[in-house]
Amino acid sequence: MELTLWTYEGPPHVGAIRIAASMRDVHLMLHSPQGDTYADLLFTMIERDGQRPPVTYTTFQARDLGSSTAEMVIKSLRESAERFKPQVLMVADSCTAELIQDQPGALALGADLPVPVIPLEMAAYTRKENWGASETFYQLVRGLLSRQAPAPGSERPKRDPEIKPSVNLLGPTKLGFRCRDDVVEIERLLASMGVDVNVVAPLGASPRDLQSIPAADANVNLCPEVSDLTCSWLARTFGMPTIQTIPMGWGATRDFIAEVAQVLDLNIDANAVGDSRLPWYSRSIDSTYLTGKRVFVFADGSHAIAAARVARDEMGFNVVGLGTYSRERARDVRAAAKEYGLEALITDNYLEVEAKVQELQPEMVLGTQMERHIAKRLGIPCAVISTPAHVQDYPARYSPQMGFEGANVLFDTWVHPLIMGLEEHLLHMFRDDFEFNDSVGPSHLGSEGEGARSLSDGDEPMSEGNVIWAFEAEKELKKIPFFVRGKARRNTERFAEEQGILTIQVDTLYDAKAHFSN
Amino acid sequence: MSSVIASTVAEHHPGPQTQERGQRAVFCGLTSIIWLHRRIQDAFFLVVGSRTCAHLIQSAAGVMIFAEPRFATAILGERDLAGMADCHEELDRVVSELITRRSGINRLFLVGSCPSEVIKLDLETAAAKLQAKHENKVRISAFSGSGIETTFTQGEDQCLKSTAAELPALPSGEANLVVLGTVSDIVEDQFRRIFDDLGISNVHFYPGRKADDLPAVGKGTRLVAAQPFVGETVRALIERGADIITAPFPLGAEGSKSWFEAISKAYGVDDARVQQTLELPYQRAKRAIETQAAKLKGKRIHFLPDSQLEIPMARFLSEECGLTINEIGTPFHDQLVMRGELARLPPDVCIVEGQDLDPALNRVREARPDLTVCGMGIANALESEGLRTKWSIELVFSPVQGFDQAGDLASLFAKPLIRESILEVGSWS
Repeated sequence: MELTLWTYEGPPHVGAIRIAASMRDVHLMLHSPQGDTYADLLFTMIERDGQRPPVTYTTFQARDLGSSTAEMVIKSLRESAERFKPQVLMVADSCTAELIQDQPGALALGADLPVPVIPLEMAAYTRKENWGASETFYQLVRGLLSRQAPAPGSERPKRDPEIKPSVNLLGPTKLGFRCRDDVVEIERLLASMGVDVNVVAPLGASPRDLQSIPAADANVNLCPEVSDLTCSWLARTFGMPTIQTIPMGWGATRDFIAEVAQVLDLNIDANAVGDSRLPWYSRSIDSTYLTGKRVFVFADGSHAIAAARVARDEMGFNVVGLGTYSRERARDVRAAAKEYGLEALITDNYLEVEAKVQELQPEMVLGTQMERHIAKRLGIPCAVISTPAHVQDYPARYSPQMGFEGANVLFDTWVHPLIMGLEEHLLHMFRDDFEFNDSVGPSHLGSEGEGARSLSDGDEPMSEGNVIWAFEAEKELKKIPFFVRGKARRNTERFAEEQGILTIQVDTLYDAKAHFSN
Repeated sequence: MSSVIASTVAEHHPGPQTQERGQRAVFCGLTSIIWLHRRIQDAFFLVVGSRTCAHLIQSAAGVMIFAEPRFATAILGERDLAGMADCHEELDRVVSELITRRSGINRLFLVGSCPSEVIKLDLETAAAKLQAKHENKVRISAFSGSGIETTFTQGEDQCLKSTAAELPALPSGEANLVVLGTVSDIVEDQFRRIFDDLGISNVHFYPGRKADDLPAVGKGTRLVAAQPFVGETVRALIERGADIITAPFPLGAEGSKSWFEAISKAYGVDDARVQQTLELPYQRAKRAIETQAAKLKGKRIHFLPDSQLEIPMARFLSEECGLTINEIGTPFHDQLVMRGELARLPPDVCIVEGQDLDPALNRVREARPDLTVCGMGIANALESEGLRTKWSIELVFSPVQGFDQAGDLASLFAKPLIRESILEVGSWS
């Protein structure tokens, strides 16, 4: 039993619904009680889908238990097949149905339905949403393709250089982070390399589309949380190479271009494919103020790893924390964290994440919807970079995270919550000017800045410990711009406690500043 | 176990009534926790369930209230289900952790879910044992919000019913009034002022703002419902001697007036005093509704089953805003609590109890009403088909009861129609 206040991921059957909702001409029959129908609103409210996901829920009640739940499964299956006429009918249990063991998959296979059936096992008590999505996608692809598989050991024919090379984009789903726009951006990027996109899946694909996956030369593992398992099966079974680089950020997009060229044996000049404004924006002098900003990154595995690289190498930030809620990606994130000299935070307990943020006192948080709330409460600027996300993270505008345009979007989105460069310099330069009201937050952020101010300024109650502030030291503290004052205060108090200083003097303040500056 | 969901169709409505069975699209009773924890400010709700339960509550709440919430889920894992871990010991550990963490909590509700009901985890016994351990620190009790036994608002009924046995006995010779069902603080304050003016004293709102705000119940107790989803609690209090006052719900100017009049009558308040007290707020409410009603008059509305507020809302909209009711779907129809409503519905309106989602949606598509009241999961789907909707969860979350909210209530329905008339982009039809 695990005490949970907020959860990063839904249960695995929500992952199955994501696959169904992403595709065309499939239907999912979910054996579940009525409350589980809340999943509809994830799609219709958060992603503003104009239709319910293609799911029929059995919605059994207590009075049905022990007698008629299996009949309800059969009835729902027949009605789903009849009403929606899908190319494939997927069948799964939600957590409660798993306990009553009606085996809807077996019932469906024996029910002589006029449609191919893919049974799913969702392991509700050990697994979570992304695993469910990954497993569903894999079962679907395997179920539709295993008959086409060549004999084991047979050599994959070499690509005919006369035919235009093509790849599949695997992994994008509904309720993924900016998948809609990432697909467009990567298709554009590949087109400029002369590479066709054969199938995008699950997003927008039909089961018939999935059957033509092997016709491409390689698979792009665009969202490993969903597509890793499927890509390795396709590699094993069809000898299809997998392109592993996730093109998020300027550098990674260049690496992606290089990997595609290498896998498809193309002779391509990466400079000619396209470019982003990120490198110049990052070098322009306004960006100097970004230097060494202490950033905490927490997201799903792929977005966490990609964001850390962009943060350090392309924005000039200092990555002070890196972690993920996806245990399936723990190994990758641990390895990445090592490169930054960090110990990765692997947890799906948001209280642990909050404690870590509090301890590290970063100047910026790159995280999920959860970290947005944590950061808001602590008065730290934050940008959302990953699911779980809320309705505002499914914007109307074109806003990819991947490719060259994605790099532009990352630069803008991450800089936006921070105080604008020139503004920060002015605050420093004119902080004693009576007209320069230092309690004003970032000029472009209105009320959000207000929240930050009230939480982080020096007016909050002084240390809970034994340390007290001398009058002069407190006056000096107030001269420090508000957006770093909270940190200065906490650092000074910590320093004083460590040094056994009971009363903080002006000198203590500057001693602490020197102590923490390296 | 099935008594909560199954109920008989009322005999008092002269119009057509049918029952439907099939796929439902409603929240489970756990959703009630979202408004219950806002109402009872020192209570904590611990769901014993699965990751689905945790995800449901946070999705239904829209992650709106992101302070450290006063609800959480003890997620059952494979070890618990396989019997490798003793569920009661595990619960003991989780509850101790929680109580240490949240010292300001005076009442802990263990809330049963679908999985905990199916594995027959006895939370009432667990609550009793835990109570012994944490005596003098926090009161602990249990109720079920499971989706196999309750829909959406019924969670509140189960919660209130679970504490009914704890209500102290009202000494004989004393009298009090219990107003049943969550109302917001502002509504409670308004109602209290009116009760004072009517000379009705010793009024208790249940649930109250504090968990130990428990009204006494006995022969001298008069009971009136402020929400339609408290039928089982009504019955439990009647068994303890309370007298129920039959009234329509305090929605709209007429509904609120009738509600206070019925209470006043039970108390034998002088008629002139009643009229004098109610006249001003009644006229104010009429004026507030009038502005909105102009936009609503003559429109057709269709209710899909969701919150059990469908019947009183339909009554308000037809009686005071001039709407035509196309169909009233309701998840279940409790004759006892609806007694004050049915006679005021248009006699030919069709009431459908239960749900079969796809045929029900097809009836909406066929009728093409001007407005459909439905759950959040369905609203955008209907909008994209050119149908205007009002999502019903807002009717539970917002203060809508009483005279001074009557205009707000009408505007909740008017707003989608106003929006349609002002937007110059896209098209709904």
